[in-house]
Amino acid sequence: MAEQEAKKEKKEKIARHPMPEQAPEVRKRNFKEVPLGYTPETAMKEAERCLQCKNPSCVQGCPVGVDIPGFIKLIKEGDFKAAIRNLWTKNSLPAVCGRVCPQEGQCEGLCIVGKKDKPVAIGNLERFAADHERMHGTGELPPKQKPTGKKVAVVGSGPSGLTVAGDLIVKGHDVTVMEAFHKPGGVLVYGIPEFRLPKEIVFSEVNFMGRLGVKVECNAVVGRTVSLDELFEQGYDAIYLGVGAGLPRFMNIPGENLIGILSANEYLTRANLMKAYLFPEVDTPIPKGKDVIVLGAGNVAMDSARTAMRLGADRVRIVYRRSREEMPARAAEIHHAEEEGIEFFLLTNPTRFLGNEQGRLTGMECLKMELGEPDDSGRRKPVPVKGSEFKMDCDLVVVAVGSGANPLLTQSTPDMKLNRSGYIIADPETGKTTKKGVWAGGDIVTGAATVILAMGAGRKAADSIHKYLTFGW
Amino acid sequence: MFKIVKRQEMAEGTVILNEIQAPLIARKAKPGQFVILKANEAGERVPLTMAETNPDKGTITIIYMVVGKSTALFRDLKVGEGYQDIIGPLGKPTHIEKVGKVVCVGGGTGIAVLHPITRALKEAGNHVICILGSRKKDLLIMEEQMKAASSDLRICTDDGSYGRKGFVTEELKDTLEANKDIKMAVAIGPVPMMKFVSKLTKEYNVKTVVSLNPIMVDGTGMCGGCRVTIGGQTKFACVDGPEFDGHQVDYDELMKRLQAYCAEEKNCYNDYCTLRDAS
Repeated sequence: MAEQEAKKEKKEKIARHPMPEQAPEVRKRNFKEVPLGYTPETAMKEAERCLQCKNPSCVQGCPVGVDIPGFIKLIKEGDFKAAIRNLWTKNSLPAVCGRVCPQEGQCEGLCIVGKKDKPVAIGNLERFAADHERMHGTGELPPKQKPTGKKVAVVGSGPSGLTVAGDLIVKGHDVTVMEAFHKPGGVLVYGIPEFRLPKEIVFSEVNFMGRLGVKVECNAVVGRTVSLDELFEQGYDAIYLGVGAGLPRFMNIPGENLIGILSANEYLTRANLMKAYLFPEVDTPIPKGKDVIVLGAGNVAMDSARTAMRLGADRVRIVYRRSREEMPARAAEIHHAEEEGIEFFLLTNPTRFLGNEQGRLTGMECLKMELGEPDDSGRRKPVPVKGSEFKMDCDLVVVAVGSGANPLLTQSTPDMKLNRSGYIIADPETGKTTKKGVWAGGDIVTGAATVILAMGAGRKAADSIHKYLTFGW
Repeated sequence: MFKIVKRQEMAEGTVILNEIQAPLIARKAKPGQFVILKANEAGERVPLTMAETNPDKGTITIIYMVVGKSTALFRDLKVGEGYQDIIGPLGKPTHIEKVGKVVCVGGGTGIAVLHPITRALKEAGNHVICILGSRKKDLLIMEEQMKAASSDLRICTDDGSYGRKGFVTEELKDTLEANKDIKMAVAIGPVPMMKFVSKLTKEYNVKTVVSLNPIMVDGTGMCGGCRVTIGGQTKFACVDGPEFDGHQVDYDELMKRLQAYCAEEKNCYNDYCTLRDAS
């Protein structure tokens, strides 16, 4: 078989089709999506690069087990309608995953073509299939089983909640999604910027759920507006908790409450959910820093930095206490940020924020760091360099150093066990919590991770909930 | 949509009362909790502490002063119209218990927030002395309701047009002198008022509760925009509050943080007023 594959590869010497993008100089000042998408011709051509492996490694790299060779084959044949329907059987949010999944560490990282050449552009093809359906599709829904009469409440309308809702609705259950914000989508709407994931696409995916029969209730703060026990009293048979991490971490250094220091959650929520980049056309303001510093080097930090650039900053710097190798952001995000002129100040750690008499931020004091022995995370621990104090001027700091577990819901549910950090304890295989009839998944179980891992947890929980509703706990 | 069933103008039209249909919130809300309101699609999320809830009717009541574009938008909503979004109840409810003698101090629209707390404290068996302040007589709100909710009501106006001439702190000082058995104070109003009330009650060693209303976005502990310093520690007013120990609050920091979007808000409000007048 290996021989056969090698032969095929020889036959098809097609280079990976790059994704056309807005030019960095243009896009750094607008909020439109950066990648422009494949045309049908490019998609079909790219699909030809897939070797159609009998035992595809790529699928093993996918947390929701998408039939990758299957949908790619359909694209190659030009049957886009069938391609998206194939995707839907495993993935409720293909337009989202095609855009924000870290494919390089998952499907594409395991692609056989990638051993000698660049891997098949699986993410771009997934995105193509979803976009084509949205723009030109028939709107024909996937088949649904007959009603079971069982009611499921999904708390949180982010990626894991939507996955659970999508899986269970087609199995015939009655599903209601509850969202604390005034718009559904969770992190896809408040967290990921428009230029990476247009909100129109998220709403379209949510509408798709609605057409399948999923009910979405916004402004429902479970834990405050209604408790889990009250949901059971109202007749729900099972509850899935996918509420996200939702507690911003700060630096805990002096001066952090000066005006001009925002958590990434606040900064991005203002920009994305509240569309504050349109202020004063919308009523929510956002600080428009000229000299912006973002603390942290994950995907959220890149999103914050690129947002600041689009809001008109003269200069945006990422300040990170470790070195480039330890930066947690996807390589593609770092690359995009650099192209847009974001500067990186590595091995640097702030020790205090400085402000003026009005309580507004004017700068921060920093220390240079060097890497010492590996710490718990296996990464080399940054250690301060003695006498290396220096000052950085800035008028806006966005703190993007991760998040913790928001206690709002868990505090109101004392009979559900949490771990020491406040995350919900759930069985990794089924998502079952220690409270009967309640499942949990995504960031409120694992701590901040990726969209697709949250979806993977949602998939397992949905399978387990379906079993419970069919056979019992 | 959350429909407005009753609308009333108070304090020469500067303060507005809206009773709104929100049965899920009305069923759960307790004194001291707040809601977040958003008038329309482009609207801002505005946190306001509830002045009243009626679980039977399924309504909540908010009373607010018109200070910027968002509250001006709220003001322009008529009975039968409504808010696109209301989220709540949020924050921790007031801890109500019988302690004996209590003094409640209110100023401005803080009086509206103080009202259900005062009533609950009296219903719990406390003797409640209430001190209300306003700049002048016509700006004072809810006098009748506060009279009914408290055991003993005193009024102060800055210009002496009604009640005692002067600030609430002067009346409070006399009250604390004359009532050494006061066990607790509740102060809700403008930040400087809460600051000076807390300063005074600290001298008399009277435990004091204040209700803070900093800038917020989500109201569920997710953004940290509402952080306040309490006894040297950063707290989120939306989930750790909105009520805090008045003796521990860094009021100066809070006053500064409330000015964060001052320039933006002013421009936004002026534009709105110009457009409104033109139409």
